[in-house]
Amino acid sequence: MTTPMRTRDRQVHGRPGDTPLRVIAEVLHRKREGAYWSISAAAPEVAERARPGQFVNVAVQAQNGLLRRPFSIYRVSRQGPFAGTVEFVFDAHGPGTEWLTRIDSHQLLDIVGPLGSAFPIPQRQVPCLLVGGGYGVAPLFFLAEELTREGFRVDMLVGAATQERIFNVIEAKRMTASVTFTTDDGSFGERGRVTDVLAQVAEDCRTKVVYGCGPMPMLRALSETCGELELPCQVAVEEHMACGIGVCWTCVVPIRAKDGSIRMKRSCIDGPVFNGGRIAWEASRWDTGAPLPPDEAEAPEPERLSDADLWGT
Amino acid sequence: MPDAVTIPEERVDLSVELGGLRMRNPITTASGCFASGPEVDRFFDIAELGAIVVKSITLEPREGLPTPRMAETPSGMLNAIGLQNPGVDRWIAKDLAWLRGKDLPVVVSIAGRTVDDFREVARRLRPVRSSLAAVEVNISCPNVEDRNIVFACRAEPSAAVIQAVARELDLPLFAKLTPDVSDVTEIARAVVQAGATGVSLINTTLGMAIDIETRRPKLANVMGGLSGPAIRPIAVRTIFQVHRALPEIPIIGMGGVRTAEDAVELLLAGASAVAIGTANFLDPFATQTVIQGLRTWMARRGYRSVADLRGQVALP
Repeated sequence: MTTPMRTRDRQVHGRPGDTPLRVIAEVLHRKREGAYWSISAAAPEVAERARPGQFVNVAVQAQNGLLRRPFSIYRVSRQGPFAGTVEFVFDAHGPGTEWLTRIDSHQLLDIVGPLGSAFPIPQRQVPCLLVGGGYGVAPLFFLAEELTREGFRVDMLVGAATQERIFNVIEAKRMTASVTFTTDDGSFGERGRVTDVLAQVAEDCRTKVVYGCGPMPMLRALSETCGELELPCQVAVEEHMACGIGVCWTCVVPIRAKDGSIRMKRSCIDGPVFNGGRIAWEASRWDTGAPLPPDEAEAPEPERLSDADLWGT
Repeated sequence: MPDAVTIPEERVDLSVELGGLRMRNPITTASGCFASGPEVDRFFDIAELGAIVVKSITLEPREGLPTPRMAETPSGMLNAIGLQNPGVDRWIAKDLAWLRGKDLPVVVSIAGRTVDDFREVARRLRPVRSSLAAVEVNISCPNVEDRNIVFACRAEPSAAVIQAVARELDLPLFAKLTPDVSDVTEIARAVVQAGATGVSLINTTLGMAIDIETRRPKLANVMGGLSGPAIRPIAVRTIFQVHRALPEIPIIGMGGVRTAEDAVELLLAGASAVAIGTANFLDPFATQTVIQGLRTWMARRGYRSVADLRGQVALP
C-alpha cells in the first residue's frame, strides 16, 4: 500500500479541484546539495495544484517503518521541458530519509499532496523578507518565485550552523534583491543567528512583511523578534506528524485565538503556515535555542598558563 | 460455506447488520483515525464506507495533551492525543451537520471522565438521535490522567457507564474495550449484561518508548496507545476470545488492519465488521481500497456474504 511499486503506469488518485492527491510518481533525479539532498519527481497534477508553503507526504521504505515523511515543496515546474515536476529537499537523519538518499531515477515514489496551508500573499505591494534556517529555506525559493512574479521586492536572510548547511547560495542570490547569510561558526556570511541581524536587514530592505521557515527554535526567535520590530510575520512550522491529512491530531501547535484562549491547531491542515505572532510559543515545548558559545578567537589568551589551564584538574 | 468456484463480484453481498446497525459493507473507521470525515472526503466520497465511527466526543471541549504526541515504533506507532475534541455541542452543530449531508451511517464515539460525563453527553445527543446509526462508548482510552479511571480495566465501572448511556439513548450501543486486561470476556459479559448491543475490539494497547540519547520518553505523556500492524495479532486473539465466549454478540473488530486480507483475518476470528485505523494515516484511500479488495477476494473464492466468513476460523 505505501510501498513504491515498479510499474509503468503512473497512478493518480483523488478528486478534481484543488484538493490533495495521491500519486505514484517517477523520480527524475536525486541530487546531493551541500549537506542535503533533493529529489524531483514527475507529478504534474500535484505541481499544478501546489502553492508555496504546502508540503508533500512521501512513503518511504524503512525497516519496520510505517509512516510517510513530510517535506515542504521546494519548487514545481508547470511549463518547459521538465514540466509537471515537484521537488523537495531533505536531510538524511533517519532510516526513512536514508532510504531516500539511495532512490534512483525512474524508481516510483508514492506521494500525497499538496497538503496544508500556503503562505498568504500581501494585498499591497510591499518589500518581503524571507528568512530561512538550514534546509528550511527550501519552500522560500518557491515563495520567492511567486512573489517576484507578482512584482514584489524579495530579500532573503539565510542562516545555518555551518557553510555546508546553507542551502543553494547561488539560487538565493539569483532570485532576490539582496541576500544576507549567517552561520553559527562564522564559516560563511556573518557569525551569529538570523535574528541577530534581522533588525538591520529589515531596515536596509525597508521590509514590511517577514516569511520564515526552519527549525522551531529559530521560528520562535524570529516570531518574537518580529513582534518587537512590529513586523507581520508568517512562518511554516514543523511538528511530529503521523497522517499529514488532518485526522490524527499529533502535529498540533498552540495558537492564540482572538478571545485570548489557546487552541491546539493541526500543522498539517490548519498550517503549516501560521501567523508567527499568533503562535503561543510560551505554551509550546520550543525554546529559542541555546545561545551561541563565545567566539574563541575573541577570548583573551592568558599570559601565563597554569597547570589547571593545561591539564585540567 | 463458499462455492468452490469464483463468482462475479456483483454477486458478493457485502452488507452486514450488527444488532440494528445496518452497513452496506463491513468496513468502517476506527475512532480517532478519521476525524469526523471532511478531511478524508477531500480524497474520495466517504459515503462509500459501511459506516463512519467518529473521533471520540466529550462533554466539554478539550485541547488535549502537549507534544510530542506521537512516536513511530516497529510496525506501529504510539500516540497520546488526550481526546482533543470540540465538545458535544460544537460537534453536533458543525461536524454532525456536515455528516447529515452524506448518505452514511454515523456512529458517534463518546468518552468521559465519570459516569455522569457519559450520561450527559448521551443526553445531549438525544435530540439528534435520528441522525445517528449507533453509539460507541469509549471506556478504554489509555491516555487519561489516571490509569484507575480506564473504565474498561474492570467489569463493574464498565457496566455502570454502559447502563447510564443505554438509559439515555435508544440506539445500538457498542462498548470499546481494551486488550490490557487479564480476561476480556469478563468485561465483555459485563457490558452486554448492562445493555451493550455489541463490543468494539480493540482499543490501542498501552506502550512506551524512550529516546536513549536524551533518556527522555518519546511522548510528552510518557506512555501512549500502540496501534498499527504490530497489534493485529492481539486484535485477532481478543476478537476470537470474545466471539467464542459470546457468539451471538456483534463485534466491530479493529487493530492493525491495512489490507482486505487483514480484514478477512479479523472476520474469521469473529468480527462482524472491521474498522480501519492507523492505515488511514499511511494511505488516505485505505478504507476504499479494503472495501474493493474484500469484494474481489470473496468473489475469487466464492464467498457470497460476510456471514460465510464470520467466526469461520478452522480450529485444529
